[in-house]
Amino acid sequence: MAVATLNRKIYVWQLAVRFYHWLNAACIVTLAITGYLIGNPPAILSSSEASFSYWFGTVRFLHFLAAFIFFFNFLFRIYWGFVGNRFARWNNFIPLKKEQWREIWQVLCFDILQICIKPFKSIGHNSLAGFTYFITFLVFLFQAITGFGMYSAMSDAWLPNLFSWVVPFLGGDFAVRQWHHLMLWFFIIFAMIHVYLVFYHDYVEGRGTISSMAGGWKFIERK
Amino acid sequence: MNEKPLTIYEEIRAKGYSRRDFLKFCSWMAAFIGIEASGVGSIVHAMETKSRLPVVWFHFQECTCCSESFLRSSHPIVADIILDKISLDYTETLQAAAGYQAEEALQNTMKKYKGKYLMLVEGSVPVENDGVYCCIGGKSALNIVKDAAENAKAIISWGSCASWGCIQSAKPNPTGATPVHKIISNKPIINVPGCPPIADVMAGTIVYLLTFDRIPQLDGLGRPKTFYSRRVHDTCYRRANYDAGLFVESFDDENAKRGYCLYKVGCKGPVTYNSCAVIKWNNGVSYPIQSGHPCLGCSQENFWDNGPFYQHLSSFPGFGIETTADDIGIFLGVATAVGIAAHAVSTNIRKRKQIKEEVDNHRVTAQKEEGGE
Ligand code: HEM
Ligand code: SF4
Repeated sequence: MAVATLNRKIYVWQLAVRFYHWLNAACIVTLAITGYLIGNPPAILSSSEASFSYWFGTVRFLHFLAAFIFFFNFLFRIYWGFVGNRFARWNNFIPLKKEQWREIWQVLCFDILQICIKPFKSIGHNSLAGFTYFITFLVFLFQAITGFGMYSAMSDAWLPNLFSWVVPFLGGDFAVRQWHHLMLWFFIIFAMIHVYLVFYHDYVEGRGTISSMAGGWKFIERK
Repeated sequence: MNEKPLTIYEEIRAKGYSRRDFLKFCSWMAAFIGIEASGVGSIVHAMETKSRLPVVWFHFQECTCCSESFLRSSHPIVADIILDKISLDYTETLQAAAGYQAEEALQNTMKKYKGKYLMLVEGSVPVENDGVYCCIGGKSALNIVKDAAENAKAIISWGSCASWGCIQSAKPNPTGATPVHKIISNKPIINVPGCPPIADVMAGTIVYLLTFDRIPQLDGLGRPKTFYSRRVHDTCYRRANYDAGLFVESFDDENAKRGYCLYKVGCKGPVTYNSCAVIKWNNGVSYPIQSGHPCLGCSQENFWDNGPFYQHLSSFPGFGIETTADDIGIFLGVATAVGIAAHAVSTNIRKRKQIKEEVDNHRVTAQKEEGGE
C-alpha cells in the first residue's frame, strides 16, 4: 500500500551547525583519547633519559589545546541557538511545550522500546534526541568547568583562572579529577548510541540522516 | 613578675646562642617565609624589640606528629625558643605542670593575656554526643576550644586534623571529628595542613605572625599562600620523567630503580598543595617521593577517603573498594553495546514492513523522477 510520494529536499543543518558538529566531534575524540591516556598512561620501558622525550607532556598539551577549541566551539553553538534557523534553535533542545513531551514519549515507544507500531517522524531533531543533546550540553559544560578548574592550578592565564572556584566548590582536587574522569565514559557511551541511532534512522526512514550532517539536506515525503 | 619581659632576642642570647646564630636564624626564616632579603631586617628588628608571644597549644584528637615534626625544624632556635617552656604557657605534651596546676596555668594565661595570646590547636574536635569523645580536665574539647578561642588573638590549626579532620573524620567519622574552622568563625584561623605539616612551614608561620603582627596571606582554604600555593607535582624533581611518560609500574621494577615518576603507583602529587618538594623534611634531607614513595596527599582534605593510596584513580564511592570510575565505565559501555545489538536485531524483526514501505516509496519516487523529468 505504498503511497507514491516524491521526496522533497529540505535544508535542515546550516553550515554553522555542521561546522560546529564536526569540530566538536574531532575535539571530543581527541579529548577522550588524550584524557584516557592521561588517566592510564601505557607502560613504556625505556632506558633513555627523561630529557630526550616529552610524549606525555605532548599528550597533555593536545588535551588542553583540544579543550580550548572545544570550549569556544561550544560557546559559539550556544550563540547559534539564538540566531540559527528553526532546527538549530535552543527550543528544540529544551522541552517546554506539551507536544514536545508527547513526541518524546512517541519516540521512546516507537523507536527505542519498539512497542508502538505507529511510526513517527520529525524533520530536525526529534524531541527526545533534542532533549538528549540538551543533557549532553550540560555534560559539556560540566566537563569544561571541571577541566578548567583543574587547569587553573597550572596556569596564570585569566580564562582558566575564572574557574579557580571550581575545585573547592566541588569538594577538592580528588573529587574533581574523579568526576572529570568518570564523564569520559559518558562521552564514549553517548558516541556509541548516537552513531548507532543515526544509522538506525537513516535505515528505517530513508531520509538521509547520515549525510545530512555533511550536506545539510534531509529528504522528506511530499504530502 | 612585673619587670619588663625579655625580648625574644634576649631570650635567645640567654639560651647561649651567639648573635651570629641569631642572624643566621633570621635570614633562614626570611627565606622560608619568602620575603626578600631586605626583609631580613624586619625579622631581626621584631625579634629584638618584641617579647615572646603568649601561646597556648592544645592537643585533642591527634597523634602528636605535628609536635614531633616541629621539633625537627631545620634551625634549633625554633624548637628551643618557640617550643621550649619559655614560650609555651600551656601544652599538654610538654609542660611540667600537671592536673590542677596545668589547668591553672591555662586559665592564668587566658586571663592575663586576654585578646593577645596565640592559640595553637593540634587535633580535631569531636562534636558527636556533646563531644564526650575527647575530654581534658573534665571539659570537652569542644568547650575548651570555644572558651579559649573567645579571647585568642589568632588561631593556628596545626596539621590535617585541626585543618580538615584527617583520619578521625574519615568515613564513617563515628566521633563527629571536626576541624577548628568549622567550629570557630569569628577569629582569624590559619590552616597549616599536612600529616604532619613540615616543621619549617610551622616555624615560618609563627615567625611571620611574630614579625609582622598580622596573619600571612591565606588562600581560599585558609592556608598560608607562601607554603601551599603550589602542587607537589609542580616542584617535584621527578617531573621531567612525568612529562617524558616514564613511569614506575611497580615498586620493584627497573623503572623504580631509575627514579621514574610515581604517578601510576598512585602519586597524589598532582592534586596536593604543599612545599614538600621545595623545603623538604628533616632539615632538607628528603621527602617521600625522593625516598621512592608516592605522595599520599596528606595535606589534602579527605585524603583517607580517596584511596587506595597505590593507584591513580580513587575507588568509586558506593562500589567495592577496588572499583574505579573506569570499571564502572567499562561495565556501562559493554551494557550499551549489548543493548544496541539487541535493538538492531529487534529493529529488523519489527520494522520489516515499514522498511519495505520506504524501499517501495523510493522505487516509486525514482520511477516518477525518471518518467517526469
Ligand atoms: C570531551 C571532553 C573531555 C573528556 C572526555 C576529558 C577526559 C579527561 C580524562 C579521562 C582525564 C584524566 C583524568 C585523570 O584520571 O586524572 C582528563 C584530564 C584533564 N582534563 Fe579533560 N576531558 C575533557 C575535556 C576537558 C576540558 C574542556 C578541559 C579544559 C581545560 C580539560 C582539562 C583537563 C585537565 C586539566 C586534566 C588534568 C591533566 C593532568 O593531569 O595534568 N578536559 N580529561
Ligand atoms: S612523582 Fe608524583 S609529584 Fe613527582 S612528577 Fe610524578 S606524579 Fe608528579
